[in-house]
Amino acid sequence: MTTQNSGLHAVAAAEPAEQAELDRAGQEHFDRIIAEDSRIEPRDWMPAAYRRTLVRQISQHAHSEIIGMQPEGNWISRAPSLKRKAILMAKVQDEAGHGLYLYSAAETLGTPRSELNQQLLDGRAKYSSIFNYPARTWADMGAIGWLVDGAAIANQVPLCRASYGPYGRAMVRICKEESFHQRQGWEILHELSHGTPAQKQMAQDAVNRFYGPSLQMFGPPDDDSPNSKQSMAWNIKRFSNDELRQRFVDMIVEQAAALDLTLPDPDLKWNEERGHYDYGPLDWDEFKAVVGGRGPCNLQRMQRRRQAHEDGAWVREAAAAYARRTAPERAPAELIGA
Amino acid sequence: MSYASHESATRISAGTAITAEDIRAGGAKAPEDVARYALQLGDDALMLSQRLGWWIARAPELEEDIALANIALDLLGHARFFLTYAGTAWGRTEDELAYFRDEEEFRSCRLVEQENGDFGQTIARQLIFSYYQYELYRRLVRSTDPTLAAIAEKALKEIEYHQDHAGQWVLRLGLGTEESKRRIAAGLHYMWPYVDELFHDDELVDALGDVAVRPSGLRADFDARIRAILQEAELSVPEVLGAYGGDRSGQFSEQRGHILAEMQVLARQHPGATW
Repeated sequence: MTTQNSGLHAVAAAEPAEQAELDRAGQEHFDRIIAEDSRIEPRDWMPAAYRRTLVRQISQHAHSEIIGMQPEGNWISRAPSLKRKAILMAKVQDEAGHGLYLYSAAETLGTPRSELNQQLLDGRAKYSSIFNYPARTWADMGAIGWLVDGAAIANQVPLCRASYGPYGRAMVRICKEESFHQRQGWEILHELSHGTPAQKQMAQDAVNRFYGPSLQMFGPPDDDSPNSKQSMAWNIKRFSNDELRQRFVDMIVEQAAALDLTLPDPDLKWNEERGHYDYGPLDWDEFKAVVGGRGPCNLQRMQRRRQAHEDGAWVREAAAAYARRTAPERAPAELIGA
Repeated sequence: MSYASHESATRISAGTAITAEDIRAGGAKAPEDVARYALQLGDDALMLSQRLGWWIARAPELEEDIALANIALDLLGHARFFLTYAGTAWGRTEDELAYFRDEEEFRSCRLVEQENGDFGQTIARQLIFSYYQYELYRRLVRSTDPTLAAIAEKALKEIEYHQDHAGQWVLRLGLGTEESKRRIAAGLHYMWPYVDELFHDDELVDALGDVAVRPSGLRADFDARIRAILQEAELSVPEVLGAYGGDRSGQFSEQRGHILAEMQVLARQHPGATW
């Protein structure tokens, strides 16, 4: 090894001693960025565990968007007015778009979308458990928008400041669209709760079913959330599960009153001393069962995703074959573009 | 001009962005026969939108979920314009027309009601219908009815994209693999019997004159352009005869009842409710 090419050599295949030096310098840079509360970008050095945590979190979020298209997609064909049908279709389309931005953000960390998708199909990756509940009535479109998207926003707004640049930036756009989704959910419920007695009952039933699961979307209580501490130290997560859940409860209590609907929690009451609403215990056994695969729709959701993937295989193969066939024709244009 | 009431539609002119609400607020009242024509156009768009919506969360790729949703949304928008305008003749809203008419009152063509089948069959229907709609709307922009012309102007830009989407896929499926070629050819074969009825003139069109577009006049351009794209995709125009019985006078497909049963169920469980 000669001294003049040592720089190149270090990048290509560093000797152990050189690698250790690079890692030390990288860690120093990383620690400084985190301490300054600045952003890590894709080409920056980062600890392997930071990269793994982000890939897991971002891809889980992407998978949640994709699986989350199903319960709402289920009502597109039966939406009760053409305007509602258009809004719902646009919303489900946004979710596919969110999935795309998030897979792209995850890809900047070195894991291709095809691999992330395979993890989902194989059952190796998780998605938000809330989508394993059935969307039985039209009012569920309202409850999902108001409560589920509302909880997602409470979770996601702080992620706009996540230390990993591409993730934070993807979240900015996603949060803008989510706030529209929440408003449309609230509006559906408002229309129902001020409509006929049957419509009001439909709205109350949906809120009764989605209240508990939406509070569980923030994850287990802080004393049972092993990964949270490290994520907070890395400036990925900014608030604890319980802090975010409390913030969400405080928000929806007043919104429920404006909707003239009740939240199904007898322990819900204002606590003057804490300056927050107290709420009753959540059913964590149910949460664990649903996360573990025993929710009402886990198998149905996965079966549908696998079926779509398998049914589309011949189409993807055709597109790839066509791209290979036409590649020589396109090459000059690409060269000009470069 | 015989349709004097249109002069009040000051907010609606070719090239301005319109919404279904604008059409209602514009105050134009469609004459009876114009409304019947608008109903045909709206029903075609509504049925196809309903069909395409099924693909959302079932498409071969995420990008295609988005593309098909986009096309379904465009068509739903066109349906809302046409039904809103048609409804002005009878004092009925777009939703009353979409949700509270029975099978025999719809005026859609049989092509848009056909089953999605596999992706090849859906793309075959998209190719035929978007090429037909393109020829139709690029002429309808010159309709002497300003509302129809404005709707066509807005829709035409979107139909150009639908046409491109279908054409791009026909090339990929035709030139991709043996399997994809077999499937797109089968899809075209399945849909082709419903092509002829798109170009059938009737008494309504005769009566409307320059307000409407004469369907038979679109056939030559449609045939030439379809032949060209199929040739490029190394596919041929299916040699099948037109299916007997297709016109818009009330003959309709077996599938229509199923589409409406699903689409209308909730609205009909709560008559008079608002959503």
